[in-house]
Amino acid sequence: MEPLLIYPDPVPPELAQALDLAGYPWKAIGDERSAVRAEPDDGWAGGVIVAAIEPDGAFALCRALRKRDLPLEPMLLLVSGAQLADLELREDLFDDFCLYPFQPLELEARLKHLFWRTGRGTRPELVEYGPLVLNLETYQAAIEGHPLDLTYMEYELLKFLASHPGRVFTRETLLSRVWGYEYYGGARTVDVHIRRLRAKLGEEHANLIQTVRSVGYRFGQSRWGV
Amino acid sequence: MDSSERQREYVLRTVEERGVRMIWLWFTDVLGQLKTFAISPVELEGAFEDGMRFDGSSIDGYSRIQESDVLAKPDPNSFEILPWADGVGTSARVFCDIVHLDGSPFEGDPRQVLRRNLDRAREKGFSFYAAPEMEFFYFADGDPSHPPKPLDGASYFDLTTADVATDLRQRTIHTLESMGIPVEYSHHEDAPSQHEIDLRYTDALTMADSVMTFRLVVKAVAHEAGVHATFMPKPLSGVQGSGMHTHFSLFEGDTNAFYDPGDEHGLSKVAKGFIAGLLAHSRELTAVTNQWVNSYKRLVVGYEAPIYVSWARNNRSVIVNVPPIKRGESESARLEFRAPDPACNPYLAFSVILAAGLKGVEDNYKLPKEVSDNLYQLTAEEHMAEGIDSLPGSLSDALDVMERSELMAEALGEHVFEWFIRNKRAEWTDYKTQVTQFELDRYLGRL
Repeated sequence: MEPLLIYPDPVPPELAQALDLAGYPWKAIGDERSAVRAEPDDGWAGGVIVAAIEPDGAFALCRALRKRDLPLEPMLLLVSGAQLADLELREDLFDDFCLYPFQPLELEARLKHLFWRTGRGTRPELVEYGPLVLNLETYQAAIEGHPLDLTYMEYELLKFLASHPGRVFTRETLLSRVWGYEYYGGARTVDVHIRRLRAKLGEEHANLIQTVRSVGYRFGQSRWGV
Repeated sequence: MDSSERQREYVLRTVEERGVRMIWLWFTDVLGQLKTFAISPVELEGAFEDGMRFDGSSIDGYSRIQESDVLAKPDPNSFEILPWADGVGTSARVFCDIVHLDGSPFEGDPRQVLRRNLDRAREKGFSFYAAPEMEFFYFADGDPSHPPKPLDGASYFDLTTADVATDLRQRTIHTLESMGIPVEYSHHEDAPSQHEIDLRYTDALTMADSVMTFRLVVKAVAHEAGVHATFMPKPLSGVQGSGMHTHFSLFEGDTNAFYDPGDEHGLSKVAKGFIAGLLAHSRELTAVTNQWVNSYKRLVVGYEAPIYVSWARNNRSVIVNVPPIKRGESESARLEFRAPDPACNPYLAFSVILAAGLKGVEDNYKLPKEVSDNLYQLTAEEHMAEGIDSLPGSLSDALDVMERSELMAEALGEHVFEWFIRNKRAEWTDYKTQVTQFELDRYLGRL
């Protein structure tokens, strides 16, 4: 699993300890610039932002991370009781919040739930969605328990999509995030690989990857059920 | 790790996780035959790193005067587990690029020839897409000592044959899809026992690999059922032969470079130049797209084979057909080149087609007038009057035109160009010295 982004730097010791005990890798980040500089190749796994200590910096960082092409998620916000009113009109900046000082067990449960919702499951090395399981450590994919034989690019594309279920991605975003910039095939490459993935998923499961007309592709159901 | 290291890592890990026992290294000779040798999983990492050395002198078109050893370097992105068992357990295939011992591309390798042509297109900002319609026949066996026996029609297998062939086609499609080769469409063709499977477009290099895999899968599935599949261009006299009509398009990033909404028919300047180039050089490239003596038995008047060097919309007698663009689907703008047959070397065929088209784009060739008549119905004099040429009538004629073409020498590279012409001339000489059944039937009693 890629590390979680944690704000502020230095991280309050009790938070560091709770994350370590729960088994989440993490990195402390002081501002937007270092968030970009220290970002792992596959992106941050998510963010835990303590707003109770430096509220201005915390909300500014949340906003910056959510404004990106591929907004950072899931984002857990730690706020003091007195700050609850400040959450109003900032709903788009976080996926869940937790009162600070926090209960380690509550923090862990909330993180677990957030990751489950974003398809990462309860085991960080697995991406699960319905009948599909991707093992990020062994690079293996299976559908209903049967192994799927994928080429590297097919695997990378499926991994990216399945890690962000319900989200619509344009071909350009998929091209830059999955293939990287050195690739010359053009955005049509994405269509070709989607069609190959659907062929390998088989008729029954081909609709796991939905075409969103004149926009791009979405894995799984839309978040709004449409 | 950079992306190619990660691809290797992915393949090595998959070999381990899936218990792959044998990896087949695939490459193609100049005549388009699939060549292969197997390595064990422990050799794979070294093969990625340094390539596997082998003696190329026994491969058609690979022989050179000096050093005959070359290296096969597996392309990790083409790694696929093979869906059929072969006795030793799970096996996989990976396409290879062939390089010299110093690592530079080997000019006799058709895959490298296509890479070079695609690189040229890319320098101009184009990526090249292809979607072939593969036609082939099923016969009871592959024994050449008697005429081929179709599975349906005629009197063979009377009752069940239609089912046998349909079932074969379905199994073939299933195998192809499981190997990441999506099928667009398939149906029984007009001739007895003839079938067509249309492949969904991909970039031309992937498609050339897919055509190689396709031919193997069709034959393997047929073999398993005890019948013979063939891509021979004209296996039966009197009925249609097998073509490989292929749809081509050029893209600039996301945009179909063949499309222009301002044009009456939606064709851009690039499309017109490309068609003009393809037409102007079509006679020069025919020896490559139709490379066997038998290919020219297909390219005759009638039987829906294209022989006239002209273009039209929705007309089967011309070599370049432009399908109508569906409303709101500018991406579908493309041309269909109808001359190639499925026994061509797809790497070389796509190379020469791209080179001819690009030449037309670069040098602003003027697009000839679209033909409107069914050209089969015109007489030879009328064709002359219209200024419409025909494709070469024989392998020998095709070689004569090709030999004088600078564009072909450049597209194929000197090595392949020279070897190809030499090899094909020899084939023609062998053929010419045969006394055929036709001659015996017609002359033995009478003369």
